[in-house]
Amino acid sequence: MTVADTPDTSSAKTPKPATAAPSAKTVPLKERLLRTPVALPLMTFLLLLILWEAGTRIFAVPSYILPSPSRILFGFEAVPAGRWVEHIWATLRVALLGYLVSFVVSLPIAVGLAKSRLLSGALYPLLVVIQSVPVVAVAPIIIVVLGTGDAPRVVITFMISFFPLVVSMTTGLAATPPELIELSRSLRAPSFREITQIRLPYATPYIFSGMKISITLAVIGAVVSEFVAAEKGIGYFIQFSTSMFKLPQAWAGLVILVAMSLLLFQIVSQTQRIFFPWSLPKGQK
Amino acid sequence: MALAGNAINFSGVGQTFLTGTGSLTALDGVSVTIAQHEFVAVLGPSGCGKSTLLRLTAGLMKPSTGSVSVFGLSVTQPRDDVGIVFQKPTLLPWANVEDNVVFPARHKLGRVTPEDRAQAQAIIETVGLAGFEKRLPSELSGGMQQRVGIARALFLNPDILLMDEPFSALDALTRDMMGFELLRLWQASPKTVLFITHSIPEAALLADRVLVLSERPGRVIADLPVPTSRPRDETSLGTPEMQDYAAHLRSLLIRKEAA
Repeated sequence: MTVADTPDTSSAKTPKPATAAPSAKTVPLKERLLRTPVALPLMTFLLLLILWEAGTRIFAVPSYILPSPSRILFGFEAVPAGRWVEHIWATLRVALLGYLVSFVVSLPIAVGLAKSRLLSGALYPLLVVIQSVPVVAVAPIIIVVLGTGDAPRVVITFMISFFPLVVSMTTGLAATPPELIELSRSLRAPSFREITQIRLPYATPYIFSGMKISITLAVIGAVVSEFVAAEKGIGYFIQFSTSMFKLPQAWAGLVILVAMSLLLFQIVSQTQRIFFPWSLPKGQK
Repeated sequence: MALAGNAINFSGVGQTFLTGTGSLTALDGVSVTIAQHEFVAVLGPSGCGKSTLLRLTAGLMKPSTGSVSVFGLSVTQPRDDVGIVFQKPTLLPWANVEDNVVFPARHKLGRVTPEDRAQAQAIIETVGLAGFEKRLPSELSGGMQQRVGIARALFLNPDILLMDEPFSALDALTRDMMGFELLRLWQASPKTVLFITHSIPEAALLADRVLVLSERPGRVIADLPVPTSRPRDETSLGTPEMQDYAAHLRSLLIRKEAA
């Protein structure tokens, strides 16, 4: 009796969860997608790739106009791996050196701008003028002046990437609560400690947002310098490939540049996340 | 000039700031003497120069006219024998409670000794933050953050404690608790306290004496000793004489604001 009863009651009850289950599944799917930050853009990206591939095949687009993703993939094979590494290293080296120079030069300038109104008045307009100079147009001149080694390329990279650093550092150094500066003054502490122990740490979030902008600009700077004069590097490779109408391999070079930018950006982001977690905006820890 | 036993002396102090459009007189003819270990509250409308009084005492600015002296010596430069508690806790967000408290040593001398750490530990216990030494400011409530601010001000064991509306950012309940906590600290280790506030009950409850400043330019329009003896507690404000006292303070402030 009881044995016969139990399946009955359970079967009578099952339709409810059974009908509820599909709707309970369809609603969280959207929710789940929103909750996983990687899945949604990845799916969009894959969809775009498929559309791209299908489009170029269906409309028989010639590869010198728009190569399909699969053709681009073959473009990687056009050059041996060793050559790729050489090109990547040439670009990466200039980008990183230029970035380093930007940082090292920006820091004392920013400290000066934040500490001294006189210096700020004298220097800031000049910095804006330098920033307003179209570096792409100046690049050939710099190459002529400094020759064809790494030096002119590093200078070009520096010119493109230093301004956001100076601005963000100066803003950050000035953002320190005035009470802490008063505390520092009332303690009669040496001025350099006001910079190192209060102003610079307070500027950390600002410095990192400048660093994130500058690192992608540094890659752009390196590529621009290679467009003007180089015999190695991804920028050079893209220009060389297009002049030979080898568009798939030019696109492959572009893919590598994007990957390089993304990777460098992530390194800067993660450095902040790991070593300066307190400097992240609330909700990003 | 100042008599023995006087901690702070303002003599004919006036303060004028230059602004974009002209000059602004914040204080005018302030002459007040504060005795050692006295707790003086300064009450006044916003912008009447209350904070200026505090910064003059700390030597963070020089008076336009008159003079300020501390322990009989004219204040000519920033002085480190005063502890300052600001309106906001303004702690270092990257440093934990202990590091925030020892910060004056690190900042002034560039190093922190084991004795400094022991001293910080003792003060942290005094302000009721034992067990929170390694927490970051962002992990603490507003009241606890201000306790750290007070602990930092007490770290160099100053003779004079300057407090610039220290509890005004806290909720009413926390504010009352912090007031009593401050009284407890002050009684355990007497100091001269200059306490800026715009709360009448807070001034009446905490201080020995209340100075009432007028609207800008700030002048001392009343200098009234609080009529209740210590120790004080939650009931102190309920007595008739304190009610009258608070009403009198209020009338002084309102009359000035209406004028």
